[in-house]
Formats: sequence, structure tokens, C-alpha cells
Amino acid sequence: MRPLSLLLAAVLGSLPGVAGAPYGGVRAPRLLSQTGLYAAPGRLDPRNRAYSPQYPLWSDGAAKARWVRLPDGAAIEAGDEDAWTFPVGTKFWKEFQFHGRKVETRLLWHARPGVWIFASYAWNAAGTDATLVPEEGLPDAAEIAPGLRHTIPGVADCRTCHENGRTEVLGFTALQLSTDRDPGAIHGEPPRPGLLTLEDLVKEGRLRHARADLLARPPRIRAGDPETRALLGYFAANCGACHRMDHPLDGLDLDFRPTGRTPGEPGLASTVNRPSQYTLPGEAPGTTLRIRPGDPDHSAVYSRMASRRPLSQMPPLGSALADREALDRLRAWIARAPAR
Amino acid sequence: MTPLTFRTALLAGLSFGIASAAAPDAQIRRGAYLTRIMGCADCHMPLKMGPKGPEPDLARGLSGHPEALVMPAAPEPKGPWLWSGAATNTAFAGPWGVSYAANLTPDDETGLGRWTEAQFLQIVHTGRHLGKGRTILPPMPIQNLQATREEDLKAIFAYLRSQPAVRNHVPTATEPAASH
Repeated sequence: MRPLSLLLAAVLGSLPGVAGAPYGGVRAPRLLSQTGLYAAPGRLDPRNRAYSPQYPLWSDGAAKARWVRLPDGAAIEAGDEDAWTFPVGTKFWKEFQFHGRKVETRLLWHARPGVWIFASYAWNAAGTDATLVPEEGLPDAAEIAPGLRHTIPGVADCRTCHENGRTEVLGFTALQLSTDRDPGAIHGEPPRPGLLTLEDLVKEGRLRHARADLLARPPRIRAGDPETRALLGYFAANCGACHRMDHPLDGLDLDFRPTGRTPGEPGLASTVNRPSQYTLPGEAPGTTLRIRPGDPDHSAVYSRMASRRPLSQMPPLGSALADREALDRLRAWIARAPAR
Repeated sequence: MTPLTFRTALLAGLSFGIASAAAPDAQIRRGAYLTRIMGCADCHMPLKMGPKGPEPDLARGLSGHPEALVMPAAPEPKGPWLWSGAATNTAFAGPWGVSYAANLTPDDETGLGRWTEAQFLQIVHTGRHLGKGRTILPPMPIQNLQATREEDLKAIFAYLRSQPAVRNHVPTATEPAASH
């Protein structure tokens, strides 16, 4: 392309912008409208498919919309059900709204072999487009509650959760898209026409090497009762990216990955009546339990989920507001659990 | 390595000691130099009282706050004297709570023995405990490390890994009492 053509193309917006540091030789486009999410201003590209994980991540109560774009004719390597491998060119977008206003949209883009681009875009006040935020993120992006502001996370924080396991993609998994959807999932969105499901992916030939009975025996968390299932799903989505035994934090044997295959999921085995490295106020070091059946106020998991103090809040990033509904349900579940 | 060797190495301006060397010697020497000029020992090697006043406790290496030194409740952080520190210069109290200098020797259980180079880089780049948790607390100048070239960070890690392992379980940071 000749220099004049390059200039014209850039002015017309058909080339990515140059904001942001390159990663793996790739730069994220400067504007959301340049990422391929929209076919025209305000009109989604129909090749981008909406989906909704059955166990959503808590993000300060944001209303979210998500889309995926798989390259034409390409398939996901699905032989490892816990870690799908996505073809180069795959893009995911997630839009966040607070109080009915679009605040940010995040892009996760498999740009080159081994190179995933993480980019966040902040919407302008008119809601016409969104601009790539600095690599370190953007604090005070919107008010989420009186005195509390939403922070658009920096790239390092994105990578903290997304690059912790065997796949960079967290909310688009066999379990999250399962046709055996959990009706009790905390903040779960009921299935509706137009949302991409596991069945769609199978029927469209988008999953390679998936087990033959994936639809006959769709992934499901194995739990003894519906509320335990819902809470384990919540833990998986909100805690399992970091707390996982296939990639453990140093010295911490906490595991929130659901296996769907192991009776008594690791999320229970590694928490209930298990000692915590964290010491609750007023307790002697070494005596705090992660989950103390019958006693939520003396359960570190509950206490840290309720905290938004910097040293103790869990998750430690991505949220400034504790999840009241999840806390209420966890509290009731712990209170009902028989003490040993 | 004996304390005398630590001292000799320190006085020679090289390092606090090199026990084993899976990494190239030049990288470890570079890391030792960087560790020294960046002042890592200022907090991560405890001070002890000597005949001329506080001096580095070389026998402890970069093992952080001594586990046997249980600190009493910290003074309330009220300005203009907003923060305070232990005589060892390994424990610090302020509006953030109480923080302790970590064990940077390669002990598997209490130090960085099980860390990989990638994890060390992640800790630096994210500025978060273990690369994923809470933010790293004052007075750790993590921003200085974040401005350091990656090859130098790798050299620092290679040097830290080459020290003798010192078993010393550093307490976890605590929140300000008023925050509960």
C-alpha cells in the first residue's frame, strides 16, 4: 500500500490505531469501532455471536453483554474439556454497563500464535464509540454506588487472571456454555434465543475432538444439592482462575476448579474445615478455617468475600463492591451446614 | 555459607553470598550488584545492634523479618508521625496496617524456593503479592523494580536463587485495627 493510501485508510478508520504498547508485535486498535465488533456504528456484526456463561463473574453489579467471533471455518480444539484451545483470529468482547450507561468494553484477541491481546475501551459520554484506555487502566470510570467508582483494569490485572491456567479464555468453556444450565446460578442469566450454546458449537462443527457424548452428558458440577451446586459454580467463576491446583499459588492448596467428574468437588474438599493461612480478627494464628460449618462469621472465605479492604478483599482485583446476593446465599449455606 | 563469607562477599561489593549457581555466573554477579545498589538488604536483611549501633545481621541473609521477633501492637498511625518501623527495619506500620519484609532466600517453604522466574516477573509487573493477590505494601519500592529492564530483573532473580536458603517464616501482613 502506498503512503497516501495508508494515510487515507487510517483517516477513514479502516486500519487499527496506534495507541497502546505493542505486545508480541501486535497493537490493540485505538477505537472499539476498529476491533470488528460493529458492522456499522451501533450495529453489531452478525458474525459476532452473543453468549452468556451460566456462572457469571461478579463485576460490581455491571450489566454485561458478551460476544465471540471465531474465524470463518475454524474450530476450537476441545479435546481437553477444561482448557479449550482457540484458533488464531478468535476475538471476545465484553461490554459493561452501570445504571444503563455503557462504561467499558473489553477485547480479548488471539492475534497471533501464542499472542493474546488484552484491551479495554472506555465509552464516550455520547455512547458513540469507545477509546483504548492506557495500559495501566483507568480509575474512576463510573460511579457504581454512592462514593464508589468503577476502575477499568490495566492489562497486568487482566493477565493476572486470564493467564493463570492452561487457557486465556475464562468465561467461554464447556461448563459455562453447558446445556445443563444451573437454574440457581447466582446472577445467572436465563437462556434465551440467540445466545450461543454448547449445542450450537457442536452442531456447527466448531468443536474438534470433543467427546462424543458431550451433549448427552453435558458438563455439570457434581454437588449434593442445588444450592451447593450454585455456590461451587460461583466459586469456579469468581475464584477458580487463581485458586486451582493445576497452577497453585505458592503454599496454598485451595482449589475452586470444578471437575464435573469428582464427587465432592475440590471446592468443598479444599475449604470445609480446612485451615486458612489468613487469620480472622480475634482468632489465634493457625486456628482460622476457610469454611467453618455452621459459623459464617468465623469462616475466612465468607469474611474475605465480604471485605473490600485492600489487604483482605477477595477477589483482590476487579471489584470495589462486595456481592451482597452471593454473600447472603453463602452465609445461609454455611449456617445450615452441620458443624463437625 | 558462613557469616564470615557473607561479610566477605558484602565487603567485596559483590553480594550476600552465592551458594549454588544454575544460572550463569555473570548473570548472578549482575544480580548481586543490582540487589546491592537497589538496597534490597536495607529491609530484607534484619539489623541487629552492634558495638557501633545497628548493623546488618549477615548470618540471616535476605531472610526478611525474623519469625521469632513477634511485634507488639503498632502505634496508631496519626500524623505528622504517620508510620513506624521495627528496630530490625523489617516490620513497618502505617495507615496500610503492618507489613513485613519477605524472605527472599530460596527456602522452599518460607522463601522463594518454589518460585519460577516467570512468577517473579509477574509479581514485579503486577505489583501484587505472589503476582495475583493484594497489592504489595509500603515501604517496598516495587515501582523501582517495575522500571527495571527485564534482563536485570532476571539477573536479580538468578542472584536471589543462588543464595543459601534460610528457613524463616515471615508473618503475613495485617490490616489496621481500625478497619475491622
